[in-house]
Amino acid sequence: MLPFLLRRLWQMLPTMLGVVLLVFVLFNWVGGDPAYVLAGKMSSLDAIAGIRRQLGVDEPYHVQLLIFAKQVVTFDFGQSWATGESVGHIISSRLGPSLTVLVPLTILETLIGIALALAVGFVRGSLTDRAVMVACTAAMSVSILVYIIAFQYGLAYRLGLFPVQGWGDSLGENLLRYAPLPVLIGLAVSVAPTLRLYRSFVLDEANQDYVRTARAKGLPERRVMWVHVLRNAAIPIITHVMASLPALLIGAFLLERFFGIPGIGREVILAVERSDFPVIKAITVYVAFATMVFNLLTDLLYRAVDPRVQPG
Amino acid sequence: MSGLHAHLAHLATTPAGLWTLAWRRLRADRLAMAALAVVAGWLVLIALSGAGLVAADWEREAGVNYAPPSFLGAAVADTAAAGAAAAPAVPARANPFDPLAGDLAVLRAALPDGGAAPERRPTLPFGADKWGHDIVKKTVKGAETSIVIGIVAAFLAVGLGTLLGALSGYFGGIVDDLLTWLYSVFTSIPSILMILTVAAVLQAKGVATIVLILGLTGWTGPYRLIRAEYIRHKAREYVMAADAIGASAWRRMFVHIFPNVSHVALVQVSILVVGFIKAEVILSFLGFGVPAGVVSWGSMLNEAQNELLLGKWWQLAAAAAAMAVLVTAFSLFADALRDALDPKVK
Repeated sequence: MLPFLLRRLWQMLPTMLGVVLLVFVLFNWVGGDPAYVLAGKMSSLDAIAGIRRQLGVDEPYHVQLLIFAKQVVTFDFGQSWATGESVGHIISSRLGPSLTVLVPLTILETLIGIALALAVGFVRGSLTDRAVMVACTAAMSVSILVYIIAFQYGLAYRLGLFPVQGWGDSLGENLLRYAPLPVLIGLAVSVAPTLRLYRSFVLDEANQDYVRTARAKGLPERRVMWVHVLRNAAIPIITHVMASLPALLIGAFLLERFFGIPGIGREVILAVERSDFPVIKAITVYVAFATMVFNLLTDLLYRAVDPRVQPG
Repeated sequence: MSGLHAHLAHLATTPAGLWTLAWRRLRADRLAMAALAVVAGWLVLIALSGAGLVAADWEREAGVNYAPPSFLGAAVADTAAAGAAAAPAVPARANPFDPLAGDLAVLRAALPDGGAAPERRPTLPFGADKWGHDIVKKTVKGAETSIVIGIVAAFLAVGLGTLLGALSGYFGGIVDDLLTWLYSVFTSIPSILMILTVAAVLQAKGVATIVLILGLTGWTGPYRLIRAEYIRHKAREYVMAADAIGASAWRRMFVHIFPNVSHVALVQVSILVVGFIKAEVILSFLGFGVPAGVVSWGSMLNEAQNELLLGKWWQLAAAAAAMAVLVTAFSLFADALRDALDPKVK
């Protein structure tokens, strides 16, 4: 296990360097001179030169790249151009609200997805199965924007079942009062694609020899699906859940924006609107790193769950 | 005997190729054909709109502000809308505080129709927006923007992915290492974050910018699949035969191998179009997409969000329904196409 872990960590290095390089090229080369963005429309040459010196953009590229690499390693991206707040603090303080919505969403989505996938896999090929699949495709085709606008207007504004938007200070209040509607909308959007995917995992397993053996032994269909098939379909399901976690952090950005949740996703949109480059750079780099780390964890978990995977 | 006859009859007909077989399978699938018909209908509609034959006058103020859909009747229009409808009745030139009022009267009189205010109807088949634009025409015009962006960006992404995948899979070695490294770098950044990051950097708003953003960030999926296909194909006999008759590497890659993997590229295009139409809508909604003055489904949803609070739901319904119908049909067709082209099913 240890040699495997070391090799994987070693392999992550070039990808991490690549992400840093890509972000650097995007912002320093493609993006033009940040001093002009920062100085605004009414700027004198002196002011621009001063900002350039302060940002270090008058240094040669390789020095700038080193500065950026140092920022990444020390978690110190300086200050937000828009608010002056430290970028490190922005990221750490926005993580909590994002997770308050995303953890319940991921758990519910996975449980509902698995239950429905097994139920549909149970009647595979039938009219019910086909109808559910067509309904899933239709549900996936409605834009998340429409779900948000309609649910927020209907359930929160007209019926008053939920607060229209807002965020509190205590975890309990947020979880019970402000998070439920975003979670509900998240489920409306994500259960259909999840169900389609999990159904394909279930069907892959349902055609295996061991399932036929289990049936031949006379096990009830229910037990075959819930115990035998589920245990084996668990591996791709775990992979999928783990792999989608970092993207979820950003994926909920529309929910966060509409419901005024001060999370990472809303921060990204605000930063893009304000051309707040340090914040976007930092979030991009760290989300990419998180993705890589989660991929590694998935591989480790994979090995733990499936004894057939050879250590190596 | 009959078996032999059938066999001989089969030999007499030309063997059906991949595309013929795929088309036969598609034809047999009623759902796929219905979906194809819907997609084709939309494509015809936006082609007509692009040529200026349909919805060209969408910016004409055809109805009163927020004219309700006809089936609701004009009675639904609230006092604000009624006030706006009554407004043209008060002649602007009678306004003593407007220094240009007199000139306006002269200018109006010079117009061929005598400067009469355009007739604005109290209801429209599917209602009107804040300025009285016909929602049906606006939806068609918005479809043109959204669908064209989706299709052009999908071809750009798949073209780029195919080119890089072919180089990577065919040459292997250091080219493959380098491109696969680039692939892993791009895929470690979630796509929506990647899109927003590039949008932040490029600043310039416009249809071309969105196409570029989506195309440059969407190549990774096609790259992975096309690369795998090239690795599979490069050692086949027909490629060696091409090598033997002196075909260049470029010719082998794109004249000999590409037709055999083009079905993978086509399925990728059909899948990406759906994803990109949805992405464009979100980008335009957030204000990072189409510039002001260009109508797309995203900009319609953006306007509709505020209108909803006034109880004007028809623009939201029209854009959402149009998008849902197209995307559902496109997804169903893409699924059926993938199944029909999957060589394993043969």
